[in-house]
Amino acid sequence: MKKFIRINTPLTDKVCDELNTGDMVLLSGEVYTGRDVAHRKLFEAILHGDRLPVNLEGETIFYAAPTPTRPDRLIGSVGPTTSLRMDKYSPKLMEMGLKGMIGKGKRSPEVMEAIKKFKAIYFGAIGGVAALTSRYVKKAVVAAYDELGPEAMMRLEIVDLPLVVINDTKGRDLYDEAVKRHRIHFSE
Amino acid sequence: MGTVREISCETIIETIRKLFMEANTDLGEDVLSALKESIKSEDSELGRHVLEKIVENAEIAKEESAPLCQDTGLAVVFIELGQDVHIVGGNFCNAIHKGVKRAYIDGFLRKSVCDPLSRENTGDNTPAIVHIEIVEGDRIKITAMPKGGGSENMSSCAMLVPSAGLEGIKRYIVESVEKAGPNPCPPTIIGVGIGGSIEQSSILAKKALLRPLGEKNQSDSRLAKLEEEILEEINRLGIGPQGYGGRITSLAVHIEMMPCHIASLPVAVNIQCHVARHKEATI
Repeated sequence: MKKFIRINTPLTDKVCDELNTGDMVLLSGEVYTGRDVAHRKLFEAILHGDRLPVNLEGETIFYAAPTPTRPDRLIGSVGPTTSLRMDKYSPKLMEMGLKGMIGKGKRSPEVMEAIKKFKAIYFGAIGGVAALTSRYVKKAVVAAYDELGPEAMMRLEIVDLPLVVINDTKGRDLYDEAVKRHRIHFSE
Repeated sequence: MGTVREISCETIIETIRKLFMEANTDLGEDVLSALKESIKSEDSELGRHVLEKIVENAEIAKEESAPLCQDTGLAVVFIELGQDVHIVGGNFCNAIHKGVKRAYIDGFLRKSVCDPLSRENTGDNTPAIVHIEIVEGDRIKITAMPKGGGSENMSSCAMLVPSAGLEGIKRYIVESVEKAGPNPCPPTIIGVGIGGSIEQSSILAKKALLRPLGEKNQSDSRLAKLEEEILEEINRLGIGPQGYGGRITSLAVHIEMMPCHIASLPVAVNIQCHVARHKEATI
């Protein structure tokens, strides 16, 4: 098994440039959660020139909306949602300084191009292991859009969250490479 | 002729509540053992790592009564209603929705239902999606199936031309899985409905997912063979667990079929992620 690379947020150009598709990463530090509606709101605020409720410079967004927190817990079950629904908004957010995105599933060519241009990184987290993933979260508070309920943006403090680099600054794509490597053709 | 048996709405509410809370935290033994077994046939190291984490997650969720996935689903309910049942103390469908609401509030489950246009959350995960079938007897069989959005989004239905035949059906199913790629959280289970009408094929595809995992179609040997052939083709695609590459893209293909119009060949594919949740009770 490949060794995990330990990195911390906020992510820098240098860290993003050094990561490669297929690298296994343990990420620590603060990240935001945000999904469909929060992305739409951030995007619209940028277009209107409004002040954003969060500063995106060097930030990482985890495409997640956890289950409600039980009274005896720090956070509910938490894990990635399908990233493609954020594709429309992500390039604009990267332009505003966003460096890291955590989700699952394929990104659009426009997002991959923006990842190259703005030296960002798209990480994959395992989907459907949310009881396990919540163990890497040490603190969770609402950061913006509280009125969205489960879709509110939260500030999470994470320690050693295991991730895989899907899209890197060189324009590579793990999903594409994986299928090419593992596909069995009928002539074989 | 059977005598009429009374069942109260309160019993229905409580049963639905329990089933959805249990389904969201306790993965079925059939799914868990198929996942464990699949680790042995996965040739990619990263793929095996993913499968091991999925098994570990199921163990943690059960032990802590924590939701397996943050997406605790749209509440799909299948009802087999005995024709000799008399429901008392309220409206049957309201009782189902009330049970769902209680489960999602009491169980700290995520409310994932919204207005399609404004995207405003309904706040209690209702309305549920309810399928009712009238059967013989004086009991009600209730199946609770929380269905995640990620895998449902990769599901589809096609009205093929009859000349497409078995080959056309196969191609449509395999291409659906290929197109979905990593998005529906593989390893997946593929529910297929052939025949009926456009809506009936989709309901059949979803019902096919309720069959114990890996059990072949018992009523039609042509379908049992088709299930096996399609699974083999899918697992040659190379998508693998979470799309990180590997053998185990799907754990099983379940096909259900019924007669259709002489002009039609409806085929529906309902993709189920590895968190294949459903619990049932008979009251």
